Amino acid sequence: MNNLKSRIAKEKRFKAYGIISITTALTLLTILFVSIFSQGYTAFQETRIQLPVYFDQEILDPNKTNDWNIIKKANFNGLVKQSIRNLFPEVSGRSNKRKLYKIVSSSAEYQIRNIVNNDLSIIGSKQNIWVLADDDVDMLIKGNINRNLPENERRIDDQELMWIEYLESENLIKKVFNKTLFSSGDSSESEQSGILVALLGSFYALLITLVLSFPIGIATAVYLEEFAPKDNKFVDFIEVNINNLAAVPSIIFGLLGLAIFLNFFEMPRSAPLVGGMVLSLMTLPRIIIPARAALKSVPPSIREGALGLGASNVQAVFNHVLPIATPGMLTGTIIGMAQALGESAPLLIIGMVAFIVDIPQGFTDPATTLPVQIYLWADTPERGFVERTAAVIMVLLIFLVLMNSLAIYLRKKFEKNIT
Amino acid sequence: MFDNEELLKETKSQALNSETVGDIHVDDPRIIAKNINVFYGDKPAINNASIDIGKNEVLAMIGPSGCGKSTFLRCLNRMNDTIDACRVEGELFLDNENILDKKTDVVSLRAKVGMVFQKPNPFPKSIYDNVAYGPKIHGMAKNKIELDEIVFKSLDKAGLFEEVKDRLDAPGTSISGGQQQRLCIARTIAVSPEVILMDEPCSALDPIATAKIEELIYDLKKNFTIVIVTHAMQQAARVSQRTAYFHLGNLVEVGPTSKIFTTPQHKLTESYITGRFG
Amino acid sequence: MNMTVILITLVLLAASSYYVGLKKSVSIQKSEKLHSAPIYHGSLLAIYSLIVSLLFILIWRLFENYLYPEFSLSKNLIFFLSLLVFLITALIVFLKIEKNFRAREKVENIIEIFLLICSTVAILITIGILLSVIFEATRFFSMVPITDFLFGTHWSPQIPIREDQVGSSGAFGAIPLFTGTFLIAFIAMIIAGPIGLMSAIYMSEYATKKTRDIIKPLTEILAGIPTVVYGFFAVIVVAPFIRSSGEYFGLNIASESALAAGLVMGIMIIPFVSSISDDVINAVPQNLKDGSLGVGATKSETIVKVIIPAALPGIIGGLLLAISRAIGETMIVVMAAGMSANLTANPLEAVTTVTVQILVLLVGDQEFDSPKTLAAFALGLVLFFMTLILNYVALNIVRKYREQYE
Ligand SMILES: Nc1ncnc2c1ncn2[C@@H]1O[C@H](COP(=O)(O)OP(=O)(O)OP(=O)(O)O)[C@@H](O)[C@H]1O
Ligand SMILES: [Mg+2]
Repeated sequence: MNNLKSRIAKEKRFKAYGIISITTALTLLTILFVSIFSQGYTAFQETRIQLPVYFDQEILDPNKTNDWNIIKKANFNGLVKQSIRNLFPEVSGRSNKRKLYKIVSSSAEYQIRNIVNNDLSIIGSKQNIWVLADDDVDMLIKGNINRNLPENERRIDDQELMWIEYLESENLIKKVFNKTLFSSGDSSESEQSGILVALLGSFYALLITLVLSFPIGIATAVYLEEFAPKDNKFVDFIEVNINNLAAVPSIIFGLLGLAIFLNFFEMPRSAPLVGGMVLSLMTLPRIIIPARAALKSVPPSIREGALGLGASNVQAVFNHVLPIATPGMLTGTIIGMAQALGESAPLLIIGMVAFIVDIPQGFTDPATTLPVQIYLWADTPERGFVERTAAVIMVLLIFLVLMNSLAIYLRKKFEKNIT
Repeated sequence: MFDNEELLKETKSQALNSETVGDIHVDDPRIIAKNINVFYGDKPAINNASIDIGKNEVLAMIGPSGCGKSTFLRCLNRMNDTIDACRVEGELFLDNENILDKKTDVVSLRAKVGMVFQKPNPFPKSIYDNVAYGPKIHGMAKNKIELDEIVFKSLDKAGLFEEVKDRLDAPGTSISGGQQQRLCIARTIAVSPEVILMDEPCSALDPIATAKIEELIYDLKKNFTIVIVTHAMQQAARVSQRTAYFHLGNLVEVGPTSKIFTTPQHKLTESYITGRFG
Repeated sequence: MNMTVILITLVLLAASSYYVGLKKSVSIQKSEKLHSAPIYHGSLLAIYSLIVSLLFILIWRLFENYLYPEFSLSKNLIFFLSLLVFLITALIVFLKIEKNFRAREKVENIIEIFLLICSTVAILITIGILLSVIFEATRFFSMVPITDFLFGTHWSPQIPIREDQVGSSGAFGAIPLFTGTFLIAFIAMIIAGPIGLMSAIYMSEYATKKTRDIIKPLTEILAGIPTVVYGFFAVIVVAPFIRSSGEYFGLNIASESALAAGLVMGIMIIPFVSSISDDVINAVPQNLKDGSLGVGATKSETIVKVIIPAALPGIIGGLLLAISRAIGETMIVVMAAGMSANLTANPLEAVTTVTVQILVLLVGDQEFDSPKTLAAFALGLVLFFMTLILNYVALNIVRKYREQYE
């Protein structure tokens, strides 16, 4: 009986190991998500400061030309500085003033410039303009810099803190939705950097991947599953190749892209076109394998029914088998595309890892992709970039969740189709 | 018990090279099968079967499970081509053309010799499209009006039109099993075949649906030659003019249905009819 | 007359020849029964003529470029010749259209050939990989002896900065990279092996269907997270955590360590291990389990004494696949393991891996005549064959195992 007791205890222990394992895995998953979300959610807001800007005719257009080509050379920076001084007239001394100027982002100058460009008649008037705050101010407002720390342990000193608290008390500082994040390219200043280049790069590259790998992948699956002769050496060889390609490390495809696409065919570096081509090589087997499974699970009675009516093999496949298998094949394709969206190693090798400010206009303009942007920003120690990195991850994960939900929906539909 | 074992032994001893008993010929044959042998890989499934199938007759094929009825039936429109391991030898004439010939276009053959399967297998498309599919691929209708006509006529001939005329757009899989099977028959009729092959068309259906299909077969006989495989001897007796009895790959006996069921000549046939094995 | 104009013209011609073929066969159909439906006659006419004329242009271009570079006919001539070829082909096909013409079979043959060609792309990709990797690697081995590469213990690929330092190239001993790679893969497997396996056992033998339906998708989420996200996780959470716990015990751990990378890679691989083990365990026939339970064994005894031994080959195959995953993984290690090629077995030190070095060598300026750049391809070659062999062995084991229970 003692024996039995110890056996039961053992059984309980064994079961506990299982529960512990699953809990560990899920806890790790939770920590991962919580850490990323807690770091990243603040990045969807940015801090802006209201400046009383006097669009001084003397500074902008002393000769009253009213000609943008002349006005655009005016000293907008000076205008911004003057506006900041207007806000804090009591600040004196060169170094203090320089420190004061730094509470707004250097992008304020371009913002003001744009405003003038859009409406020249604004010259001579006074306007309150919300300009972007500097990233340190942004961090402080978002609570990422602790105000209660001793002065030498925080990036904002007491004097700056005083200014900010004054702005707060006058309601001249606020947090708004972070449009910059979604409308600009990379920048060395975290508050001015955005992911538009990466978003477009990912979009262009994925479009190429889809256009290349989807038709070829489906055609291959259809051939192998429906038309290929059985027990044929060549067909077996094709299958072996596909299975192996599915397991080749992604970085190897980058080597192929570098040696063949860039060096041999002299295609442009850093281009979404080449990125998409490399990703499509990698995605192809990931489309073929599930597509074959989908075709295989179409009940043979459907095929027989069509053949029995005098449909040819091709007709039976294209008119009946393919429509039934389509949701299943799309599921595989979407999951393959989701993996391609998250892939970065091969793209680094073909040069999609670069500091790119300009928005790509097409498939051959240099660009990065979302995961590459994560890699690039994760390397930057500044708090502002850490926050933005986590935010890009959130954006990327949202896309992945959407794609996977679609895939699951289609899989459900497919399972209903074949029963 | 003893009886049965005795019988099985006997069967085994004469499994190969047995002559078919009864009259395999008819006056007005549509299909003539001569010395058909079928193999799955190396395993023989049909041994040297010869039989004529007459115009506008219903031929029933009966026999114990695994005796090769389906295999033989599938020779008649070369559905066996879809099974890689399957090899068919012999001669099979349809309208004086040997359809086992490599040169025969199986697609037009199957339009001439349609097939209805054991389990209803409507396409997951609308009822209308199920029936319209065959005429469409064979280019039988020049316009929508002609197509409609073919579809309605076929549904009507299959005795289904009245039941589904209000929901021709409903999926073919949404109707009852018996209706589905009649839809499959309508689908087959729509391509105006000369011969219709049916492999246990009622085995998945309830008695009422079965009765409907049997009535239908009786009607169809006027326009088509029908070969039907069945496990239900009553059914064979009700619908067919001639019956062929298969046993372990051998075509044992052929004859008018009434004769087979009342005065079978071969011992094996008799045992099967009287229910000693099945 | 440029290529696009030629192509557009041909496509337009094809469209009209489709219509011509359709018309002719429809008119035949009025009196006689056609073998193939009219659309096939039209399609055949269009596709066939298009293919022949495109092939003609292709062959012409090859001919022009390689045989007689000086004999370059004007683009206009190509244009008219290809039109001529198109029309002649179309005419021949057109004349063949009659009631017994098997247009459908021919169109279907073309479709099947097209599908076959598509499926050879997989072979082309493999050839592409082999060519690119082997070609550059051979050039590397002509500069650096292969034995130095495979058995050298010192890795510092930086080439001297000044031009005149002839002969003093970097050191390309890849042993530290191999040990680093395996150290990290080993740590990852220590994490992922037991957790993944135990999760799979629990899920397939103990969990209720409801739990399974909730937890399965959750672990699939783990599998769908991009590796660069794991890399970021390693940098901002795991590495600082390891360092501060190290400080607690009085250890000084670098911010980049094999342990951090290995741990995170382990997390990444857990779902991989568990889903393969799950499949494998489910393939063990029920009667084997019933037999054991039937003699009064507890569930855990059945699992340990019957299921796992029966599933062992499959599990080993799965673990080998997971190792190959770990070896080929790039982003986690490049972000968390570091770049310094230490020859060490200490998981608290920074190490580097094959994939990291490929990346480091190729990101930035590349010079395809310097061993520094070419070394990346030699590493790629090693990596390719290492994973190839692992996968091949693993897949074979798993397949044999499956067959055994089919
Ligand atoms: N695809 C196949 N591959 C190998 N052998 C087969 C195949 N199909 C049938 N057979 C074999 O051929 C023989 C005849 O089979 P068939 O299906 O024709 O029998 P049947 O008379 O229709 O039986 P049932 O009444 O059960 O439908 C059987 O022994 C069967 O095992
Ligand atoms: Mg049968």
